[in-house]
Amino acid sequence: MGVKLVNITKVFPDPHHPGKEVVAVHNVSIDVKEGEFVTFLGPSGCGKTTTLRIISGFEYPTEGEVWISGKLVNNDPPNKRDTSMVFQSYAIFPHLSVSQNIGFGLELKGLPKETIRTETERIMVVMNLTNLANRRPDQLSGGQQQRVALARAIINKPSVLLFDEPLSNLDAKLREQMRLEIRRIQKTFGITSIYVTHDQGEAMTVSDRIVVMNEGNIMQIGTPFEIYSRPANRFVADFIGRVNFFEGTVTQVREQGISVRFTHGVEREVASCAQTVRSGDQVLVVVRPESLKLFLKGPAPMGTGSNSRGVSERILQRVPVQSNASSGQPFLEGRIDKVVYLGSVCEYEIDTGGEKPVLAVTHNPIEEGFFQPGDLVGIDFASLSAHALPQGN
Amino acid sequence: MVPSRSSRWAREIRFLLGDPLLFVVVFLVLSSLVVFILYPLARVVATSFDTPKGFGFSIFLEVLKSKYLLQGFWNSIMMSTLTAIGGSLLGYLFAYTISRTNIPFKKLFHIIAIIPVVSPPFIGAMSIIMLFGNNGLITYSLLGINNYPLYGFRGLLFAQLITFFPIAYITLRGVLESISPTLEDAAMDLGGSRWQVFRKVTLPLSIPGIASAMLVLFIETMADFGNPLILAGSQFPILSVQAYLQITGMFDLPTGSALALLLLVPSVTAYILQKYWVSRKQYITITGKPTTSVIKSVHPVAKWGLFGLCLFVVMLILLVYLTILWGAFANVWGTDNTLTLKHFQYVFGVGFRAVLDTLTISGISTPLSGILGMVIAFLVVRKQFPGKHFMEFTSMLSFAVPGTVIGIGYILAFNSPPLVLTGTLAILLLNFIYRYIPVGIQSGIAILRQIDPAIEEAAIDLGADAKKTFFRVTLPLMVPAFFSGLIFAFVRAMTAISAAIFLVSSHWNLMTVQIMSQVESGRLGAASAFSVILVGLILLAIFVIRAILLYRYGRLGGKLLNI
Repeated sequence: MGVKLVNITKVFPDPHHPGKEVVAVHNVSIDVKEGEFVTFLGPSGCGKTTTLRIISGFEYPTEGEVWISGKLVNNDPPNKRDTSMVFQSYAIFPHLSVSQNIGFGLELKGLPKETIRTETERIMVVMNLTNLANRRPDQLSGGQQQRVALARAIINKPSVLLFDEPLSNLDAKLREQMRLEIRRIQKTFGITSIYVTHDQGEAMTVSDRIVVMNEGNIMQIGTPFEIYSRPANRFVADFIGRVNFFEGTVTQVREQGISVRFTHGVEREVASCAQTVRSGDQVLVVVRPESLKLFLKGPAPMGTGSNSRGVSERILQRVPVQSNASSGQPFLEGRIDKVVYLGSVCEYEIDTGGEKPVLAVTHNPIEEGFFQPGDLVGIDFASLSAHALPQGN
Repeated sequence: MVPSRSSRWAREIRFLLGDPLLFVVVFLVLSSLVVFILYPLARVVATSFDTPKGFGFSIFLEVLKSKYLLQGFWNSIMMSTLTAIGGSLLGYLFAYTISRTNIPFKKLFHIIAIIPVVSPPFIGAMSIIMLFGNNGLITYSLLGINNYPLYGFRGLLFAQLITFFPIAYITLRGVLESISPTLEDAAMDLGGSRWQVFRKVTLPLSIPGIASAMLVLFIETMADFGNPLILAGSQFPILSVQAYLQITGMFDLPTGSALALLLLVPSVTAYILQKYWVSRKQYITITGKPTTSVIKSVHPVAKWGLFGLCLFVVMLILLVYLTILWGAFANVWGTDNTLTLKHFQYVFGVGFRAVLDTLTISGISTPLSGILGMVIAFLVVRKQFPGKHFMEFTSMLSFAVPGTVIGIGYILAFNSPPLVLTGTLAILLLNFIYRYIPVGIQSGIAILRQIDPAIEEAAIDLGADAKKTFFRVTLPLMVPAFFSGLIFAFVRAMTAISAAIFLVSSHWNLMTVQIMSQVESGRLGAASAFSVILVGLILLAIFVIRAILLYRYGRLGGKLLNI
């Protein structure tokens, strides 16, 4: 059953140009299966929150149909819809205690006091809120308010849970903790969930499927793997994570993947393609920085490559880098331009003579070794990690 | 899809019809605003053009020809302008001192500066007469001067400044406190001297606030009736008093109406300037974490200079109010200062009807006006319906309309069928309710803007309908604002005179009107005793409301009530 959106379009009057209109959501269709966790991801203003508010009933679609649990709900107000929302600002009632907040939905249903009490207590145990039952909202931390908001939403046993950027007001560490918590709760109760965020890490962690939106349109619907490693178009590839684009022409189409001759003449195999292509088609090949392999071709010329970071002076000595790709010509060659050491990974910007530097990331840098600015390196990738986007679509 | 204005209207009307409760409430509120605010004003306009020969300008020509009446107009404009400038300057210096320096007795200074706001506006005039008048404590008893030329321009300006500068002070303190001190820190950090920081950062940021305070003071002084009635004298006519005298003295309704219209135009102009121009220019500088105020931005010499100024002002206010207190207990003011309770015996005897009437009228009208204000605030902030801007403008208009004008409007409008109300309790109640709704609307709008709409959406999302959401969530959150609005509305109702003086009757009288007539007949002791009781009642009411709120809402109520 779940949630089904059919050709949803929402048009608002433009607040900046009276008389004009803005298309906030354009022809959006999606089928969310029962128990599934789907995230709407996109830059601000892409229409994701409007879509969520159309599902909850706070906005009416200009065109299209909203189906919840097999029922057309276009004309139902929010209070008649079987959805519960977790708001970005939490929207905890400031005049009610924690337990009163959580029990509010049941009270509206007119359940007996005893039932409300036991249900509230049960939920508070699950959400680890029992010792806060009589607190006032202004005495709660951000994370606690978040848990109260979630508890208040799930106590009604809605068929759909809606999350409107629920973690954006928390600090980084708590955010990572809460997104696992949200996923755990959602799995425990098996509630169909629709989640809105602009944080891709969050989307990757919690979702069964991700809907990437831009300027009111759906750009791609897919699993986190598909969205990241097999993006449907340039926007999705660019929006999610960091990326290298290499242009080329298809030379051969095989059952498993294609061969591409890149603009600088080198030919490589590419395992996947967003759409079927034919020989001779122009493609853009997507390779993530961590999929690029680097190997040393020649050290930095004396005097130019000295690392300016005092701390790393001794540690960053050149450990012999594996020369696995020494056979044959590398995909690209270039000089290391910038080194950013982030602890768990090391990022490089490599000048290959192209318009933009090539981005590469190495993991476990202590063991794999570091490159110095000025080092001449060879760059290559495995066909499995490369993905082709047909050009001109 | 071609969007248009008419399609939005159509949508809003359809929406309204889909929500019968909203429709009924909007209809009732709008029609009552028309009947009790616009209709009386329309009658004033109509009457002033209603010449014996039909519609015409002859009444205005008469007024313009009369040197005396024209003088009143210019005097009013001049007095209001000077009070606006002087009062705002004084208020700004006071507010700057309180918010930007660490002078001693800050809290005490603040409380004393607010006294004039919570007391009848004509107490200043009374006290000045008792201090500097013919039997004045300072002029006659201390300095031995007889017939000090107090009546007229000088005395009135002094009274208006003392009466109205606290309003500028409260406004400007809010403005100064909203200017983040980090901006001043930054300017100083960039090498600015203290004076430069003030000249180039603090002052420019407060200009819109100062302009707004000036316009409010202009409106208040134009409308003021009590002080000029006591102090202006015949040499220095003031428009509001002239309009009153035309109607009660000469029974000349058309001329009174014409004068009222002359009074209305500058006030409404100032109000529109304030609302649609100055308030748009307000800077919003609150950013990031709240910072504690800096004390270092004022040079010690400047600081003690400001302290001296504030001390002087505070002493003047105390002098004014202590004089009234003393006057209430003195046998015959100025000649026999032995203490007596006879004035209070008079108030609790002959005058007690007025006390009860005042309490009844204020006690009934204030909560009604508060509830109406909350409903209008809720509609204006949270709902979409045709006529919304009309509702907001009309309901806030009472703030700009001088009491004299609305008083004349009421006797013109409700003295003949279909609504004959003159002489009744109802006319006083209705007048007070519609005159003081802006107070409730303002505090209601302020709190609603603070309540995240998501909180109401959360309730709806959990299954509450519009009615339940309003009563279970919105209303409880508005209660503290309702009560703090109630305090101001109550103070205003208790101290009202300019409109009420037209509407009182032998059945229903007010303490303020009593005080006026006592002053006019020279019985300053009884007038003082009445004033003391009046201020005492107001303070008691404030104390009770605050106590209830503090008990019920704890910190929340206390915070909101901080004037």
